[in-house]
Amino acid sequence: MNDLKSVAERLQRQFPQDVLAVTEFRGDLAVSVRKSALRAVGRFLKEEPELGFDYIVHVSSVDYPTELERFEVVYEVYSIRRRQRIRIKTRTGEADCAVDSLSGVWYGANFMEREVYDMMGIRFHGHPDLRRILMPDEYEEGFPLRKDFPLQGRGWRDTFEFLEPQTGQPAQGKTP
Amino acid sequence: MTPTGPTTLPPAETLRPSTTRRPDLPLLRTEEMMLNMGPQHPATHGVLKMVLDLEGERIVKSTPVLGFLHRGVEKLAEHGTYHQFIPHTDRLDYVCAMYNNFAYVRAVEKLLDLKVPPRAEYLRTIVAETQRIIGHLFWLGTQALDIGAMTVFFYTFRDREILLDWFNELCGARLTTSWYRIGGVERDFTPELIAKLSKFIDEFPPKIDECNLLLEKNRIWIARTKDIAVISAEDALSFGLSGPTLRGSGVDYDLRKYEPYAAYGDVEWSVPLGRNGDTYDRYWVRIEEMRESCKIVRQCLDRLPDGPYLADAPTVVLPSKDKVFTTLESMIIQFKLFTKGFNTPRGEIYCGTEAHKGELGFYIVSDGTGHPYRLKIRSPSFIHLGAFDYMAKGYMIADIVTIFGSYDIVMGECDR
Repeated sequence: MNDLKSVAERLQRQFPQDVLAVTEFRGDLAVSVRKSALRAVGRFLKEEPELGFDYIVHVSSVDYPTELERFEVVYEVYSIRRRQRIRIKTRTGEADCAVDSLSGVWYGANFMEREVYDMMGIRFHGHPDLRRILMPDEYEEGFPLRKDFPLQGRGWRDTFEFLEPQTGQPAQGKTP
Repeated sequence: MTPTGPTTLPPAETLRPSTTRRPDLPLLRTEEMMLNMGPQHPATHGVLKMVLDLEGERIVKSTPVLGFLHRGVEKLAEHGTYHQFIPHTDRLDYVCAMYNNFAYVRAVEKLLDLKVPPRAEYLRTIVAETQRIIGHLFWLGTQALDIGAMTVFFYTFRDREILLDWFNELCGARLTTSWYRIGGVERDFTPELIAKLSKFIDEFPPKIDECNLLLEKNRIWIARTKDIAVISAEDALSFGLSGPTLRGSGVDYDLRKYEPYAAYGDVEWSVPLGRNGDTYDRYWVRIEEMRESCKIVRQCLDRLPDGPYLADAPTVVLPSKDKVFTTLESMIIQFKLFTKGFNTPRGEIYCGTEAHKGELGFYIVSDGTGHPYRLKIRSPSFIHLGAFDYMAKGYMIADIVTIFGSYDIVMGECDR
């Protein structure tokens, strides 16, 4: 645990202005950083020889609709050398809903950031291929994991026509 | 590909040679071809579509198209209690439900800081390793079938059937098991179950050799797997690959060993590592892991401690069914747990578990109520597919099913 603290201290020394908070809960270390410094922090964690966080675990996002900076993007990385895990979090508002992409630092972030974009609508600057990934390309209802998105969707499903199995023509008398 | 269009050749600089050209052959006009593979293809392990850009038979670029099985599990989790989500985890990786249950209940226990009694830890380890054997047998059978060796499929499914019947006896279901509970397990082993499993574990290692004998030195198998889809350790880490796919590249990363949970810290076993990072090494790692699983189950069965199989935490753990029907207090607890759930402390945790496909993780953000505020599933299949384009580039079109297979992909988990 002491060792984990040293990672946080190292980050605070390197980025005194940009590390906003360090929290520890159940042995998980989470570091909140300023949005502008995300890429620099990512690069530092990966390339600094004494840290060596080379394995990307997951990229996730959380929606806090009542707060000023509504969205939180979460990167979790692991260091094979140190056998430690660290979580980097950054916040972004709804108006300028974008953060820097880390797909240049960890290749795996490419797919994971696409999922975040698809589900939460957060854009990533410098992402090579930012498209929807799980939802259909023509999906226009919004972003399903946002808190203001209803559980049953916004009615897109109800617009599909029933087709007769034999003819393929719209069925008579069946309205969605 | 037969050349189409004008017979006069275009200027030489517009031609893109794909392989070394023999000077004695006439120059052919080539162009890239786009091919849709799937979603209804028997070797895509479910509903996965690949858009392939081909140059002859070589893959230039491949774009996975996912989401045909997307059911919004993460959204559903936010609207149910913690107990209600356990059956949903069965449907993530539907061939290995036990390990998904395990990964989820471990994450919730980490959030609650709940200690599980030792007997439950051993029972969990035994069943999880049994599930790993099932998973690897399933993988071996389908991978060999995809490549064209049909016999292995019958052998592995014969053994898998014995274990599935054993699961059936244990919890009443073969695939969607939901046997793990927050704080322990649903029910204890009976002496018959222990005897049956013990018999199976004694008889199983020679059966691994039986399958292995068909493949290990088989010329076709070697030609189809050696030096196919090679990925270096550094790239594999950067892509976030895990499980046998990562260990095939020689990276010593196994959560069972380095963040020991359940009874893995108490038993002796080793982590098999590959060297070349090709499909053959990943196959070898999985075969060896089955042997290691046998060792783990054997030791756990021999040392199985006595005691309760559920934690003593009435605010969280469901009361046993016979008490629910006879005592009022238990019925009230049962009713409260199923209508309102239990409150968790505020905070966020990530808990990764070494499932047989790779690291299956749950990231849970709790706001102190009875529902998860946000639940993110880190599914290995999805992340492995992210590396597909990189790993398939330059290989032949027939290798695509080999590469899918070597990830051991299941679309239920990939699309969630």
